Amino acid sequence: MFDFLDKYDVLGAFWTTVQLTLLSAVGSLIWGTLLAAMRVGPVPLMRGFGTAYVNIVRNIPLTVIILFASLGLHDTLSITMGSDQVETANFRLAVLGLIVYTSAFVCEAIRAGINTVPVGQAEAARALGLNFTQVLFLVVLPQAFRAAVLPLANVLIALTKNTTVAAAIGVAEAALLMKKMVENEAQLLPISAVIAFGFCCLTLPTGLILGWVSKKVAVKR
Amino acid sequence: MSSVLYDAQGPRAKRRNVLYTAVFLVALAAVLWWVYKSLDDKGQLDWVLWKPFFSGTEAYSTYIWPGLQNTLKAAALSMVIALPLGAVLGIARLSDHVWVRVPVGIVVEFFRAIPVLVLMIFGLALYAQYTNVSSDDRPLYAVVTGLVLYNASVLAEIVRAGILALPKGQSEAAMAIGLRKGQVMRLILLPQSVTAMLPAIVSQLVVVVKDTALGGAVLTFPELLASANTMSGYYGANIIASLTVVAVIYVILNFSVTSFASWLEGRLRRRKKSTGAVLGVQDAAAIAGTAATGAER
Repeated sequence: MFDFLDKYDVLGAFWTTVQLTLLSAVGSLIWGTLLAAMRVGPVPLMRGFGTAYVNIVRNIPLTVIILFASLGLHDTLSITMGSDQVETANFRLAVLGLIVYTSAFVCEAIRAGINTVPVGQAEAARALGLNFTQVLFLVVLPQAFRAAVLPLANVLIALTKNTTVAAAIGVAEAALLMKKMVENEAQLLPISAVIAFGFCCLTLPTGLILGWVSKKVAVKR
Repeated sequence: MSSVLYDAQGPRAKRRNVLYTAVFLVALAAVLWWVYKSLDDKGQLDWVLWKPFFSGTEAYSTYIWPGLQNTLKAAALSMVIALPLGAVLGIARLSDHVWVRVPVGIVVEFFRAIPVLVLMIFGLALYAQYTNVSSDDRPLYAVVTGLVLYNASVLAEIVRAGILALPKGQSEAAMAIGLRKGQVMRLILLPQSVTAMLPAIVSQLVVVVKDTALGGAVLTFPELLASANTMSGYYGANIIASLTVVAVIYVILNFSVTSFASWLEGRLRRRKKSTGAVLGVQDAAAIAGTAATGAER
């Protein structure tokens, strides 16, 4: 019943999913934090840029962004992301698209975290003579990140599921393999069960573990 | 809230801000110049590629409008089917009976853990192998099936959270006057929680609209995104122009929906008559596992 497992590299496909997830997670965490810093900062132009970025990007379907990366950047503008092979280029473009999209949500999660920090913390920090950067990076953000673990965990779970969109540009991850398998084999239910099980293994523990972490690190007030 | 982080600015801070603004402006201009240059080098800014969208309505009436119609049709169908299903699942998850609560909980958590695309691919193969739905209709059926399965479970959680957000006194008072369990739910809790979770439900609509694009890219469902591909074939390799126009339409559509949800939320929060329980845009996003999807509050 599960003999298709020998014919197809299911584990390899899920490994690609994991790689997509982790690389995009790191990238979007960095870019998202910068965006959040811009959005709460004192420079109006940066605030405007951050707000515009978030409101535009999160209202575009991820599929559009990833297709644009492949058809627009790669095929039309010949941006190859430093790779001659189409597969590697598509993988990197998918990561780029996921970072562009996910960082908008990371930004909002961190901003929600910043909102939980009481005004007194920032006021006390300013009273000590810290400047904006110091207030943000020494006092507010460390507390904000601890409050942002749960929203960030939600973003990470959504990101894990969103990596399937890379199937639209032919990145050999789990959803593309599933599509190939159900087209070639007459074993719809076992194949779907295996793929669904794989995603449950990726997303459910993430939620449970990070939920536990968020309780552990939450600032007691 | 942003003013919490810094004081009213003095002369030095103002000078520094001007400097930051200038540096940021230069960086932004450099990026924009690079974008312009790379587009121009490949001839992507040629008027002939953009002309279909700015002169005449043919591109809109032949490609974009039918695509948009399909997008809206799939989204509306999914929402209409998912809402009652989600309500039933959400209420069932609050049941006093373990044999109802636990299996429903497993189903809801299962479908929230799986990507929509996987559900859509499953749906497509299911209709192809086990039903005689014509191959033209199959993509729509598959997209709607995937979206219903996923969004019913998200809506179930929204319904559950909406009911749990009501003050405990509501159900206690209802039971005290002798209503039965079903009556408490039907007459007291549901009517109040429906208004409370309205903003959350409206903002979930954005997620549905965005996910229909998957059907266009992977399942050959002729919706808005797929129309960009068709246009690029017809108007001569103007995929960048086509995708840009399509993206702008998505932004306008989704931004107005989220703005409406936020407006609704603010209105409900200000209302004095209610119990004060409101399930907002942010709550919906947290439940859907997509973080904040809402417009600016």
